[in-house]
Amino acid sequence: MNAGKINNLKEMSMPYISNTDKERQEMLQEIGVSSFDELLQPIPEKLRLKKELKMDEPLSELEILRKVNRLANKNTCSFGANSFLGGGVYDHFIPAAVDSVVSKPDFFTAYTPYQAEVSQGTLQYIYEYQSMICNLTGMEVANASMYDAASALAEAILMAVRKTKLNKAVIAGTIHPNFKEVIKCYTEGIGVELVYIAEKNGLIDLEALKKAMDAETACVILQTPNFYGNIEDAFAIEEIVHAQPKAMFIVSVDPISLAILNSPAEYKADVVVGEGQALGNAVSYGGPLFGFFATNSIKNARTMPGRIVGGTLDSDGKKAYCLTLQAREQHIKRERATSNICSNQSLCVLAATVYMSVMGKEGLKEVAIQSTTKAHYLADSITNLNGFSLAYPEVPFFKEFVVNTPVPAEKIVAELAKHDIYAGISLAEFGKQNQLMIAVTEKKSKADMDAFVKALVEVK
Amino acid sequence: MSKLIFENSRVGRKGYTLPKNDVEVKLENILPAKYRRKADAVLPEVSELDVMRHFLNLGHKNHSIEKGFYPLGSCTMKYNPKVNEVAVRNSGLGNLHPYQPESTVQGALEILYELQEDLAEISGMKEVTIQPVAGAQGEFTGLKVIAAYHIAKGNTHKKTIIMPDSAHGTNPASCTLAGFDVVELPSNEFGKVDIDQLKELVNENTAGFMLTNPNTLGLFESRIEEIAEIIHSVDGLVYMDGANLNALLGIVQPGKIGFDVLHINLHKTFSTPHGGGGPGSGPVGVVEKLVPYLPVPMVRKDANGVYSMDYSHADTSIGKVHTFFGNFAVNVRAYVYIKMQGAKGMRSISENAIINANYLQKKLAPYYNIEYKNTFCMHEFVADGTWQKDKNDIHTLDIAKRLLDKGIHAPTIYFPLIIKEAMMIEPTETESKETLDDFINIMIEVAHECDSDPELLHHAPISTPVKRVDDVLAARQLDVRYIPEN
Repeated sequence: MNAGKINNLKEMSMPYISNTDKERQEMLQEIGVSSFDELLQPIPEKLRLKKELKMDEPLSELEILRKVNRLANKNTCSFGANSFLGGGVYDHFIPAAVDSVVSKPDFFTAYTPYQAEVSQGTLQYIYEYQSMICNLTGMEVANASMYDAASALAEAILMAVRKTKLNKAVIAGTIHPNFKEVIKCYTEGIGVELVYIAEKNGLIDLEALKKAMDAETACVILQTPNFYGNIEDAFAIEEIVHAQPKAMFIVSVDPISLAILNSPAEYKADVVVGEGQALGNAVSYGGPLFGFFATNSIKNARTMPGRIVGGTLDSDGKKAYCLTLQAREQHIKRERATSNICSNQSLCVLAATVYMSVMGKEGLKEVAIQSTTKAHYLADSITNLNGFSLAYPEVPFFKEFVVNTPVPAEKIVAELAKHDIYAGISLAEFGKQNQLMIAVTEKKSKADMDAFVKALVEVK
Repeated sequence: MSKLIFENSRVGRKGYTLPKNDVEVKLENILPAKYRRKADAVLPEVSELDVMRHFLNLGHKNHSIEKGFYPLGSCTMKYNPKVNEVAVRNSGLGNLHPYQPESTVQGALEILYELQEDLAEISGMKEVTIQPVAGAQGEFTGLKVIAAYHIAKGNTHKKTIIMPDSAHGTNPASCTLAGFDVVELPSNEFGKVDIDQLKELVNENTAGFMLTNPNTLGLFESRIEEIAEIIHSVDGLVYMDGANLNALLGIVQPGKIGFDVLHINLHKTFSTPHGGGGPGSGPVGVVEKLVPYLPVPMVRKDANGVYSMDYSHADTSIGKVHTFFGNFAVNVRAYVYIKMQGAKGMRSISENAIINANYLQKKLAPYYNIEYKNTFCMHEFVADGTWQKDKNDIHTLDIAKRLLDKGIHAPTIYFPLIIKEAMMIEPTETESKETLDDFINIMIEVAHECDSDPELLHHAPISTPVKRVDDVLAARQLDVRYIPEN
């Protein structure tokens, strides 16, 4: 062996690679080649890269941690700031037990539980998660989760189209604007007709909804609390939806709100989805999120998208769990599958399951009550200021609300950011220059909110 | 069998503490009774200790990379470096909100921008979006880009996507979701694309061709340039399923050999944890002419070094596939991994993955049928259980279950569909020769057991937390949630 070859092999020892030159040489000999390059014989010479990739010099563990820390310090994080940002992801408190569990390699270095006998841990927590989602929503069956609320809503529409064999989806204009984008992207290939119902006073316009409904309607999509935080009258809407016997009522909900707001079963929702992030997952610049997905009848389970875990027995008759109803899925049905999804957001679901276990029945209620009462305290305090008023004073809201502002909301956001206060989301992008959307969770103290109000007074 | 967390519940037991509510607002004054839930949701009432013991015991029932070898083909179950986890838990990253002003998230945007750039270089593509959150969503995104390209050119008749019969199931399912019809191309006798048949299938309705390279047999599709030429001749686009990119780092840039679109699985090639089935990340790279169709927003850097979320191509873009910017926390982990590897590290990953796979293929060939053993494989290969089936009436499922008894996760089984009794084996670069030798010995032992004690295999596994699980029963008598007894 010449010296050049030895050097070449040395370069192959990089981070996280176990084998040394000696072992590689032994393996190459066993394979029956004298150099690695011989193994590349199936790749025509002209297709191979002739030079090294253009990348930065590799960093050591210490160096990359320093670099990441330097970059993180360029961010202003809402942990240190006084944040009133919501709009779909919420900064609820996460008990220490959550990260302690999700950071166990037993969970995070496992894969999809294909081999049930060595995946009972993952399978059981997904089963427990499905049970908790069913209990919160009043539904009979939940899947193992989707990517986020947006894709869950889109998949719910596709399920309704499959089930009813109808092609029109009627959608409340008050859903999250980003959900609208994702729904469009997911459904236009299939050719679903999307009909948006204008908003009226911060809620879906019931008269317009009535007019839009017809025998071609596969489903109606509602978000409650809606994008503005307002609680929609799901009971009245349900009557309109189900006046068309085939139409399915699909609702996106905030899981925290379900501790005190109506279970969607009370207003006869057919499919319930929602953004699960608030359940024990960090805000994390908007990802990962996870979408929960549940339906009112076990009869619908076979048309659902996504993984489902079911209870069964092992060959000794002992209780066990496995992935079930897999005949719906892409690896079996291929182009006729109910969805292309082949994973779930399992680790996010684990965080949610631990969160719902630690908080429990009483804790989740306490989080919901604190969030909504504090939001109302803040709304009262702000609307006491000159020039500020609630955008929808007649409408009940949960933990997020919109105020009319005396100066453009973008100016308020920019000014307060200088004081490490994130005032909320300016609705200028939606043609409402002087409206600010404000979210409150149980993490806010009276002092935090009073400081916010005080800073608002200063903005001229 | 562990009790369910619900079964540990005791009325009044608490696992949480919260600050006292310091505002005096009464719920009944703000929330009309009509909107109040009628009965409390059933959630466990347990202590923190109850929770920790419960979940730790569940964890012990899982196989995981840190517990043992995980040669699950096509899934690239490589070691997930610890530093990724430390970096991503930096509070300056985890607590960022997607609606924060851009001036306050410059560090996060720099990370995402650099990741886009590095992935573009590695894949040889012009630009990469980091928004798709899974491989299947990456496929869907890429196919939507293909659709948008054809629609923009007025070629609305281009509605079919051709793919080999060895394709992952997500490929045809993603095509359906994107509004395409699937045309299946039978593989030739070498397990590769049959060029003559491809020529016959291609016509003016062809929107594109979807190919995994190396393919799902672990073989490099060496005639890719010819394939691309055929597809391009009808203005079709060539999509690469990047599930097997771990074989090509620093060796082949897919964007430079004829592919127009590819998705990359960060949870496979770039070491982010699989998390029991997610969250992953499935960035998509495209050649220059497809850049206008990528999802919004893209992360951009201006001449002054200021980063921003750019929506300027919204008119041509396919729109959004995720509520915000994709799985940020997963993308950060991949960024850390890439920055620690550099160009040499990238190449070394693939070289070691290829050596490890060929070593296993060579050593297992006397004991298991390997349809294409006369060629070098790339980072994985497909063995099968047909010898054992013919001789001992033992199926690949039995062999897989017996491996579980011996502390090894089974390979991917019964895929690709074109190989009977398939066992797809991918060792990855992070495993040592000793681990591979152990695996080889175990596979040989199992092959011998097929002769000496076939009943043992039919009943395997016997030493796992539960014995063989009845999935037929699970589908017949659906039990998908806990229902309290009273």
